[in-house]
Amino acid sequence: MTEVNEQIAVEHGLKKDEYKKICDLLKRTPNITELGVFSAMWNEHCSYKSSRRHLKKLHTKGSQVIQGPGENAGVVDIEDDDAIVFKIESHNHPSFIEPYQGAATGVGGIMRDVFTMGARPIANLNSIHFGSIDHEKTRNLLRGVVKGIGGYGNCIGVPTIAGQTCFDESYNGNILVNAMTLGLVNKNKIFYSKAAGVNKPVIYVGSKTGRDGIHGASMASAIFDDKIEEKKPTVQVGDPFTEKLLLEACLELMAGNSIISIQDMGAAGLTSSSIEMASKGNLGIEIDLTNVPCREENMTPYEIMLSESQERMLIVLEEGKENEAKKIFDKWNLDFAVIGKTTNSKNIELIFENKKVAEIPIDFLAENSPMYDRKWTKAKLPKENKFSKDDFKSLKLSECLNKILTDPNIADKAWIWDQYDHTVMGDTIQKPGGNAGVVRVHGTNKAIAAAVDSSATYCHAHPLTGGKQVVCESWRNMISVGAKPIAITNCLNFGNPEKEKNMGEFVECVEGITEASKYLNYPVVSGNVSFYNETKDKGIKPTPSIGGIGLLSDYKQMVTMELKNNGNYLLVIGKTEGHLDQSIFAKNILSNQKGPPPEINLFNEKQNGMSILNLKNKNLIETCHDVSLGGILIAISKMSIKGNKGVKLFPTEGLVNKFEYFFGEDQGRYIVEIKPENLENVEKILKKDSIHFDKLGIIESDQITYGSDLTISIDDIKEGYKKWLKEYMVN
Amino acid sequence: MKSSVIIFPGSNCDRDMDVALKKFGFENQMVWHNDIEIPKSDLIVLPGGFSYGDYLRCGSIAGKSRIIKSVIDFANSGGLVLGICNGFQILTETSLLPGILQQNKYLNFICKNVFVKIKNKENKYFEKIKKDVLELHIAHNEGNYFCSNDELKSIEDNGQIAVTYCDNKGNDDEKNNPNGALKNIAGIFNKDKNILGMMPHPERMIDPFLSGEDGSLFFENLIESF
Repeated sequence: MTEVNEQIAVEHGLKKDEYKKICDLLKRTPNITELGVFSAMWNEHCSYKSSRRHLKKLHTKGSQVIQGPGENAGVVDIEDDDAIVFKIESHNHPSFIEPYQGAATGVGGIMRDVFTMGARPIANLNSIHFGSIDHEKTRNLLRGVVKGIGGYGNCIGVPTIAGQTCFDESYNGNILVNAMTLGLVNKNKIFYSKAAGVNKPVIYVGSKTGRDGIHGASMASAIFDDKIEEKKPTVQVGDPFTEKLLLEACLELMAGNSIISIQDMGAAGLTSSSIEMASKGNLGIEIDLTNVPCREENMTPYEIMLSESQERMLIVLEEGKENEAKKIFDKWNLDFAVIGKTTNSKNIELIFENKKVAEIPIDFLAENSPMYDRKWTKAKLPKENKFSKDDFKSLKLSECLNKILTDPNIADKAWIWDQYDHTVMGDTIQKPGGNAGVVRVHGTNKAIAAAVDSSATYCHAHPLTGGKQVVCESWRNMISVGAKPIAITNCLNFGNPEKEKNMGEFVECVEGITEASKYLNYPVVSGNVSFYNETKDKGIKPTPSIGGIGLLSDYKQMVTMELKNNGNYLLVIGKTEGHLDQSIFAKNILSNQKGPPPEINLFNEKQNGMSILNLKNKNLIETCHDVSLGGILIAISKMSIKGNKGVKLFPTEGLVNKFEYFFGEDQGRYIVEIKPENLENVEKILKKDSIHFDKLGIIESDQITYGSDLTISIDDIKEGYKKWLKEYMVN
Repeated sequence: MKSSVIIFPGSNCDRDMDVALKKFGFENQMVWHNDIEIPKSDLIVLPGGFSYGDYLRCGSIAGKSRIIKSVIDFANSGGLVLGICNGFQILTETSLLPGILQQNKYLNFICKNVFVKIKNKENKYFEKIKKDVLELHIAHNEGNYFCSNDELKSIEDNGQIAVTYCDNKGNDDEKNNPNGALKNIAGIFNKDKNILGMMPHPERMIDPFLSGEDGSLFFENLIESF
């Protein structure tokens, strides 16, 4: 057996003082298996040692919350006996090394987190970020990630209903793959990971354990260098077929009353799952590793404990229920093994071939794991740009519009979602490409809306504002489909927390998220943190991804974004100040990337959103789309392209110039379509509620026109918008 | 009318099919792949999904499964057997239908609405459908139909081509071929027209709030044809 020393501990990703702390706690030198267990539990990915103290500040409460952060996933009440279990999780590091398997197992992992709690997954979403389109790796990474996400989700038979794709050079060396799953559960039949009772059998089910993914969680807690390809063996290999069987078998077992607690084996595999269950139940656990089903010969206790082989679950059963459970797993052709029992020792004890190979007090691994108060710096709000008349002098609206519509971050993403089965399960009533994906709650009149958002540009310019903005954007997506926003899950992707600037970005984004989610009663119920998204000293822009869900009590009342009928009016709800700093327009047309992000006014945000829902409930809105990246004219164009209808824009009022008006990215705005007969009534209601609105235009013909300044046919803009990504991927 | 949907490990459109059949009046039952006998049925459906993970080849292991002998016997005795997507792949693997389904021409999974042209209405599956072009939904990675020249001649001569990919006006040319299928073939019959395999999913088009409603026409005709 390998002798453990400081050098070996450092090779396991532990810091020297952390190793010293381990020796002090144990009052001896750990053996190699124990060191492996410590390194798996104490890495950033599993221990949240840099983020824990800040995550405590998140707003996690609300009458709709059944389970907040700390479980496999969050759970919210959606009325009647129904609840939604949902979470987003990162799989960034493995996806860069091996895009197909990295992305696939990201999807597999998040689905397990959801069905572990007794919920049948009903929708998948994802947020993926890639480097510059000119970077040599981008195409292959994008292709591999999309195939991986599709390959896994399609096979399981869960629709992928929405997502988000961004390109930015800050992801050249570290792509982001964040996967989100929603599941439906009866709120009286939710399963948790907290073990209870002594001498209860501990059961291993699912795939056999192999040597894949050893040290995956440690790899995900490190920065990248030139030799990153060598880390390929730390990436897990997914088998969606086995996961489908595991899903069905677990749900079948859950229909009975034999499970005390259940936990999937995700990051750090058997180590973290067994320790978490015991730790939450304030118990000990004894595992005989000889009984773990192994795929390969001569696996050592160290390898068995650290393997991240996929599609495995750990279950604490009621005594005497073993045979009943085994029958179910036999039916689904899955491994089933009793590998241990709960104890009252409060230690994890590992046995292998009749010898005790490790014994560690569970407190040392969980509660006593390191927690750091890392230094961080506060970001200053950048000074506003002062654009002059000359900056706009030679610009034409049509040229700007065409250029922005084919910007990689705006152009149509059908190439991606056509590869995801988004209609299986027969309840998808709003497909990818809208404001949010919407699925019916099977067999009821209810529907759930879901979307994922991120705004790294804004977060980079000013993390506090950016953090608020992402939450607001998510909230707007819910409102836009007519859903009442319920709760969010966050995936916090950041650079190296040991750098004060990166840590500051994290702290302030979290503050922003907290402030907005509190104000909007849009609590965070689950999530994860991914630090060390850094390669050779270059970190990513701060990228919190927010996955939001909303409830429609009657799915027939859902709102969509395509323009409906000629002669209907378009209004912009919310005030347009013409904020161009950090906008796509500033970057793409003015080549200026300085200045503050648009300001967030939470009061207006809430008022505007609630008034849209109010109008929708009165059946006064035909169409709704929130105004986001690219501003009003981009929003209008997308609505026109989807509905195949033109718009005559009215002369703009106010002091801002037409470029600022049409491309400014002021927040809290929506475009709504109103029938002429409802216009007066709508205006009256908005005025009464003191909601600012502009009459934007009227639907007619097959062109977008603005006086003599703009005449452009829908067919023309559609072509460029639709074909950009397809052509990029072919080249 | 009684129908049976076979569930293989990895099937994932079994529930959707169950919902659709019941909605249009079938008394449907689910049958497990490890069973030997199928309860008395007027229609057997092999649903979409990834039976046995589609390992080896799509549908190949299901084509050797325990239940499949009963399906073959039922089909050979003239019973109606419908295979959708993976079900179509299984039917070609059992040789109940000629040809094979290869990987899509552009090597990507495709999930989208398509139009199909009904090529033969002298059978129970399409008999009373008034439209000639249906909007249905596809979601597959291996839907690129192929067969030998002799087989093609024979299925054409026998009117075995059921549906072809086309545009909304019924032009079934190469431009409207999503996956590279020979002659735009989206579905075929056996000689006696009691077996139908097709890639599009009618069960996903049974509600105006889903992708569309032309799937309803398919099931309405099916229940009426008994």
